[in-house]
Amino acid sequence: MKKVQLHINGFKRIVLVDSNETILETLRNRLYLTGTKQCCDEGTCGSCTILVDGIPVLGCLTPTVRCEGKTIVTIEGISSGDDLHPVQKQLVKNGGLQCGFCTPGVVITAIPYLEENPNPTVNDIKEGLSGNLCRCTGYKKIIEAVKNAAEELNT
Amino acid sequence: MSGPIGKPTPYIDGVEKVTGQAMYTDDFRLPNMLYLAFLRSAESHAKIKSLDISDAESHPGVVAVATGKDIPVSFGVLPVSPDETAMAVEKVRYNGEIVAAVAAETIEAARDAVEKIKVKYEAITAFISPHDSLEKCGTDEQIHPHTKDGRNIHKTAELRFNEPEKELETAKYKQTGFFKFAGVTHAFTEPHSTLAIWNGDETLTVISATQVPHYLHKNLSKVLGLPLHKIQVKKPALGGGFGGKSDPFPHEMITAYMAMKTKRPVKCTFTREEVFITHHGRHPTEMSMSVSCDNKGKITALDTDIVIDGGAYGSFGVVTSYYNGVLLQGPYKIDKFGFKTRRAYTNKHQCGAMRGHGAVNPRYAVEVILDMLAQDLKMDPCDLRNKNFLPENSFTVGEFRITSNGVRDCLKTVRKKSDWDKRYGKLPYGRGLGVACGFFISGSALPIIWNRYPQTVVHAKLDFDGRIVMFSGASEIGQGSDTMLVQIAAEELGISLDYVQVEVADTKTTPVDLGSYSSRVTFMVGNAAKTAASNIRKEMASAIAKEKDISPDKLIFDNCRIQTQDKSIDLSWEEGVEIAMAGRGSFVESGYYISPKLGGKYKGAGAGLSPAYSFGAFISEVKVSSDTGEVNVEKIWAAHDCGKALNPLAVEGQIEGSIHMGIGQALTEEMRYQNGQQMNPNFFDYRIPSSVDTPDMDITIIESNDPEGPYGAKEAGEGPIHPVLPSIGNAVYDAVGIRMMELPMTPDKVLSKLKDMS
Repeated sequence: MKKVQLHINGFKRIVLVDSNETILETLRNRLYLTGTKQCCDEGTCGSCTILVDGIPVLGCLTPTVRCEGKTIVTIEGISSGDDLHPVQKQLVKNGGLQCGFCTPGVVITAIPYLEENPNPTVNDIKEGLSGNLCRCTGYKKIIEAVKNAAEELNT
Repeated sequence: MSGPIGKPTPYIDGVEKVTGQAMYTDDFRLPNMLYLAFLRSAESHAKIKSLDISDAESHPGVVAVATGKDIPVSFGVLPVSPDETAMAVEKVRYNGEIVAAVAAETIEAARDAVEKIKVKYEAITAFISPHDSLEKCGTDEQIHPHTKDGRNIHKTAELRFNEPEKELETAKYKQTGFFKFAGVTHAFTEPHSTLAIWNGDETLTVISATQVPHYLHKNLSKVLGLPLHKIQVKKPALGGGFGGKSDPFPHEMITAYMAMKTKRPVKCTFTREEVFITHHGRHPTEMSMSVSCDNKGKITALDTDIVIDGGAYGSFGVVTSYYNGVLLQGPYKIDKFGFKTRRAYTNKHQCGAMRGHGAVNPRYAVEVILDMLAQDLKMDPCDLRNKNFLPENSFTVGEFRITSNGVRDCLKTVRKKSDWDKRYGKLPYGRGLGVACGFFISGSALPIIWNRYPQTVVHAKLDFDGRIVMFSGASEIGQGSDTMLVQIAAEELGISLDYVQVEVADTKTTPVDLGSYSSRVTFMVGNAAKTAASNIRKEMASAIAKEKDISPDKLIFDNCRIQTQDKSIDLSWEEGVEIAMAGRGSFVESGYYISPKLGGKYKGAGAGLSPAYSFGAFISEVKVSSDTGEVNVEKIWAAHDCGKALNPLAVEGQIEGSIHMGIGQALTEEMRYQNGQQMNPNFFDYRIPSSVDTPDMDITIIESNDPEGPYGAKEAGEGPIHPVLPSIGNAVYDAVGIRMMELPMTPDKVLSKLKDMS
């Protein structure tokens, strides 16, 4: 077991983890932050995306020991529900979610994407979300929601 | 009316889902909980010669180990084919079948202990191809002892009306096609997961990712020998189903058994590979189909011979066998009609129900053949279809009752929007347009398990706080059924959505609903919810009328107020609630739905019967590269007749999701096997479309207002997948002149066809 210090959603946490443990497992099983979803567990679907030092990474491929001292934001750290981020708000409003299982990963991917690309075209958004598999929506309303969120953020 | 019906309504669980607060099964963690891991067969077909679990039992952290003989009672979603056990008993029938289970303090301990189980197999001839299963074999080689005639045929479904074969023999205009479809799977994002709790009062609670809490409830009782009244099944948030969570599953039985045995909570969550192994997806299919028409393009006969590859167990296979044929009775009027479907057992993962159940593959065949006939007649494919649609308020040859039917409007709409008349057949080489139509049930008129109860019951409760709670067994699986319940109650009572909440999919507190399958929920649960909520309104109106000494029908419930036209009575909702509850307190009203008696008297007449049918017409535009063989879907114009869109946002979402899944099956998705082992049980190798594969989608909702649907509504969740695949196939023909008879139409197949042509 290794001792790892993490800054998760603005709060310092010290956890004892197995050396082969992923940050996804640590979040879900040790810290009980279950908003981050385990879907494929091999880096293909984007459901477990989290921010490590502001960069979206796949939780299922990231060893926790590699996150020592890093700042982590999970879906629980984006908003509490009262004050949704425009990406979240637009996903709900535009029907950009159905079963909701891929949604936390979509939110975590789209937010930093829009910070870097404040005026994306539809094709840009498609590229930006190409690592997030969704089986319900056909992506159309997710793309529309992200587009609308970009506009909301720009006004 | 100012109510929410017909208005785009964001899902009531949307905020929970975007914030990560929604609880899916694997998100539950209970004190003292055990974790479950499975030993799965590495053989496709073999006798279990010996099974030694002693080392696993003594592995640190292990609390219990179970094998097939511990719970040998067979089960299955259909009462006609309960051919599966929780774990293999004496023999294994597919690579990946569960042989033993370990419950341990941690998942790691459970998995390590599984490695210590020693099992010896004696291989039996494996039947990998359905054609092998159609041949005679030795009794000891049969996959199941109950199949007849020494063959591994699970079911033969055949219906024949007015001798289509005779017409086809002499018809001048006739086309026959031989089609081959790979198996595809649901590929929902949430892996199967089950949590079972043995309660202090000797009852069992099972929380599971299921589309069918009721069938799980019944099968748990059968397998565990526990009375129905001691079992509670709850479905929490669920991450996608598409039919793939509509069977009661072995892992659910085992998890429950382990909780009973250990008296501790037990959780089981699948890896992605286990999700693929569990499968129950669309059957690999081969079919030969012939259709004839007269010189004016009127269809005269259809006959088809179909073999579907069922895998090792029955699942929904008997229904699938029928649906492959009977759902070809629409949207076209075909009086000489026949089909024969044989479902073969094979030693592979079992197939079952998947979006568009049973009818997606034969729909492809029909629509492609109609395109070929239009070509022969030098007739526009839209015109040919227009000549053949079933009228409203008519019957099909097999006596399906057609009520509302918006298919003509669907076709007219997409034809116009795509500028078909100017562009079809005239686009440059490599670009093409294709058209296809669709037809599907809005729920099955007959329940799977015959009984005298309604197909669904909804309770609506009014309490002192003014809140309406809708109690329904309906399973929200992402399609929006919870939101529908809230919309309907708000509509009936003239209150805002926030006054209504739901208690759903809990067999202890909610009345029976049969589940989220066969596109039944909006039609059936919607009708029941409407009755329940309107009964609350009637009760309130009668109490208020009595107190105010007026006639109850003078009261209008709207905008959170209860008023007479002249406002001489003008009550807030809360004031109305107080009057209604005076002297009696909180009350519950009930609504139910039973399908009317439908259908013919012949054997097999029940298959495909529905109180209403949905219709659709889609046009696809594709780009085909003759260099690489790649097919790109650039745009799809989709028009679907869902009767009435209770929530247009949800209906559009269903159509768009159907397009996604249809494109996947048409172009890339395929369950690949080698000697019975799946070669691509992951999202790297089983390619579902990603955001970059998403075409432009132009969605039109056609509202034909069904006379029996709630507010006129019919289904929208499955019907829209049917036209997707053949419209792409026909567009490829328009683009480069090749008929794709095998799906998925991967670049190698396209190139080979192009080569054959030149």
